[in-house]
Amino acid sequence: MKAVLTVPALVPLLPEIVLGLGAMALLMLGVYRGERTARLIDGAAIVLLVAAGAIVLALPAGRLVTFDGSFVVDDFARFLKILAILGSAAAIAMSIDYAAREREQRFEYSVLIVLSTLGMLMLISAADLIALYLGLELMSLPLYVVAASQRSVLRSSEAGLKYFVLGALSSGMLLYGASLTYGFTGTVSFAGIAHAAAGAGPGLIFGLVFLFAGFCFKVSAVPFHMWTPDVYEGAPTPVTAFFAAAPKVAGIAMFVRVAVTAFPGITAQWQEILVFVAIASMALGAFAAIGQRNIKRLMAYSSIGHMGFALIGLAAGTAEGVQGVLLYIAIYVTMTLGVFAVILSMRRSTGMVESIDQLAGLARTHPTMAFFLAMLLFSMAGVPPLAGFFAKFYVFLAAIKVGLYALAVIGVLASVVGAYYYLAIIKTMYFDEPAEGFVGMPAELKIVLAVCGLFNILFFLYPGPLVGVASAAARSLF
Amino acid sequence: MTSWPILSVVTFLPLAGALFIALLPEDEAGVRNARWVALWTTLVTFLISLILVWRFDPASADFQFVERRPWLGGAITYYMGVDGISLPFVILTTALMPISILASWEAIQRRVRDYMIAFLVLETLMVGTFCALDLVLFYLFFEGGLIPMFLIIGVWGGPRRVYASFKFFLYTLLGSVLMLLAIMAMYWNAGTTDIPALLHHAFPRSLQTWAWFAFLASFAVKLPMWPVHTWLPDAHVEAPTAGSVILAAILLKMGGYGFLRFSLPMFPQASLELAPLIYALSVVAIVYTSLVALMQEDVKKLIAYSSVAHMGFVTMGIFAMTTQGVAGGIFQMISHGIVSAALFLCVGVIYDRMHTREIAAYGGLVNRMPVYAFVFMVFSLANVGLPGTSGFIGEFLTLIGTFRVNNWVATLATLGTILSAAYMLWLYRKVIFGKLEKASLFKITDMGWREIVVLAPLVILTIVFGVYPRPVLDISAVSVTQLIDNFQHAVGSVQSAALAR
Repeated sequence: MKAVLTVPALVPLLPEIVLGLGAMALLMLGVYRGERTARLIDGAAIVLLVAAGAIVLALPAGRLVTFDGSFVVDDFARFLKILAILGSAAAIAMSIDYAAREREQRFEYSVLIVLSTLGMLMLISAADLIALYLGLELMSLPLYVVAASQRSVLRSSEAGLKYFVLGALSSGMLLYGASLTYGFTGTVSFAGIAHAAAGAGPGLIFGLVFLFAGFCFKVSAVPFHMWTPDVYEGAPTPVTAFFAAAPKVAGIAMFVRVAVTAFPGITAQWQEILVFVAIASMALGAFAAIGQRNIKRLMAYSSIGHMGFALIGLAAGTAEGVQGVLLYIAIYVTMTLGVFAVILSMRRSTGMVESIDQLAGLARTHPTMAFFLAMLLFSMAGVPPLAGFFAKFYVFLAAIKVGLYALAVIGVLASVVGAYYYLAIIKTMYFDEPAEGFVGMPAELKIVLAVCGLFNILFFLYPGPLVGVASAAARSLF
Repeated sequence: MTSWPILSVVTFLPLAGALFIALLPEDEAGVRNARWVALWTTLVTFLISLILVWRFDPASADFQFVERRPWLGGAITYYMGVDGISLPFVILTTALMPISILASWEAIQRRVRDYMIAFLVLETLMVGTFCALDLVLFYLFFEGGLIPMFLIIGVWGGPRRVYASFKFFLYTLLGSVLMLLAIMAMYWNAGTTDIPALLHHAFPRSLQTWAWFAFLASFAVKLPMWPVHTWLPDAHVEAPTAGSVILAAILLKMGGYGFLRFSLPMFPQASLELAPLIYALSVVAIVYTSLVALMQEDVKKLIAYSSVAHMGFVTMGIFAMTTQGVAGGIFQMISHGIVSAALFLCVGVIYDRMHTREIAAYGGLVNRMPVYAFVFMVFSLANVGLPGTSGFIGEFLTLIGTFRVNNWVATLATLGTILSAAYMLWLYRKVIFGKLEKASLFKITDMGWREIVVLAPLVILTIVFGVYPRPVLDISAVSVTQLIDNFQHAVGSVQSAALAR
């Protein structure tokens, strides 16, 4: 009890510090210079994110711990942080043209996304329940605001409000679970919980269930998925693109870290929950998407399904499973961003269109765009040799190893059902008579689409590095 | 052996051609060049694949021209090679591609560049399927073929093309994903997906049974076997001529190849015990789909059902697990690849002129199209299995191979040959013979030089293989013998172990 106040090591926290200070600076710039700086701030925000990503990569290797063990930087955190940062940066880039055309240029937008990304990074590194909750709320609050950012549009406000109310409910459940867990184990640190969990009774399971309910809400897994279609549809399209990518990465990160590091002794208990959640998400994602005509809504159900597939890997509860989850989420981010780059380009002279029918004959009017979208959709359906196949391959591989045969069989059947609606979009683009073309695609969307599309097409040529990095990241948790 | 990766060249050369076509401009000259580039690419690929035949050592049962590189990290590698079972299919594929391209020369006028790209990509995937020596790599090629074929049926197909393409895609995908799970289970059991290693791995009995069923799900749909054959008539009818050719001649063979490469050698006990199931399904396929073929009003549909019946002989022969049966199965697949391809090309000839496939719309064509009548006759008789054509050798070998194991199955299957004579001769009489009465046919012209060039090699091959089948049988003989030996050994060792207990 001699050192009352020591300054903890701040090096592991450098990316977060850079992002936090940078966000404040950009906010000040915006406040003093007004809306005309919006474009400048967009650019600066991307630079800031890239810088944070570079610092993540430049941090000393190995497992770094600070704040008395509540903040951890390991390979797992590095992998997901880079992914979350890329997702956020792409989302900002994809919003520039949209904001200009819709006269919605606001400097707050980029600042909020940077702040939300800061929350994600905190969340990914959190190693106790308090740090986890801090990161989660810092991530979520800006999300509620950006969902409602199109103030003049009713359904945007509706989306923001729905997201906020349901999000607050889920945070409440998560807090309740955290307090139960604390009550039954006497600690908030994941390592401590893992240590105490071995002898804990059913009370801890209650805590676990409530924690998982909160996580399921954040990754939009069934049965806590209800907000997803409405929020995806109502939020401005660049915001939806953002929602679909980076926050999912952070959500999956916290899900995996808590399950694997805080509750390793009672795997059998949470495995059952995850098997149910995965099956329900895959099935709902596959069947409910069939009837959708609005492409944003369809993407909502598609993302529910994808989260179900990703959770298969976690349900396996092994290092192979976590590797599968990491690969899945990485490939999922590229597929989603690519598809949203096309959705953001669905613009006629009269404004944005969102119906799938508007893509009719895209292969004739915009062949390159149609080709990339078709490849991304085949990838989402999990058809080889595209990247989406490998994503599914690794999670199923892990499930088969631990003997979750029923889960694997239901999973692949759901993927066949899911293939139907992806095919339906491809059919619209390739087999149907052309509708009126879209106005030209802005350069930044072209870049995002080309990068994501080529990544998915060419992944099979040289999958070794990403698979290796994901494997190392997964092993750092075990 | 070889200093350069010849199999990779054969596999990926068409893909390079496809990339080149993608760079061509989309104007008149670009379209013309696309056709020529596609033709030359497939021709060169074919010539290179002939080097394989030339350098292949038929006295060895090992995999040859082997290439191996790290790929997915760990045990899953990029591993290519051919043996006597896969080489004939590789050659069949590369030989039929230039023919398909030529057959689409004028029939396809819309989006020619995309069409040629789809075909070349498809060739890469098909050749890769037959060359892959790693299960995951095999699956990659096997499933990847769905994408170009889906687009070929859907974009250039007939009026019900959307329905047909969806049915094709979803049926095949459904079968294959179950196989994928079995592949994973095999990986965890054996620690590798290396096919030559797995050929000698003894899988536990329980895994064998359900993995066998999972592989059956995939190959039965692909082949197709009764009762999961219903996608085939739809896909054939709606696909453009060259699409039907590739579908019938090569894609179906992947199923039979799969049985030979995986089901039989890797799950010998399961194959032995479940062979009666295959016999039953094969006999039903042979008799029932032949009867269905008798009732068709659409030429392509009739040939599609006849394909299902002929594939029944293949499965029957393979699961007879005798040297004659397996060799006959392989020969039947090669022969059917030539004959069904040619029959679909023949349908294409009259379809291009009359734009209908209804049998009732034709009659008396011999009066205006003597060359066509001759060519069509050769292939009709080959499809019936007349001695002197390649069709006879395959059916005969599979039948005697099966007869040694099960008299009843062989006897019932023989009914199929009679029925096939019934529907083919009926079709031939309706289309070719009779008086030329229909006014629409008065101006029909005989085959042009391009059509003759396309069909002439197939006529020659059908007759040559019918009289002298040695080239195909010799290439595969040693591999087949080894397959049967390993099979008998695996089954025998389990039986003797059971006896000892």
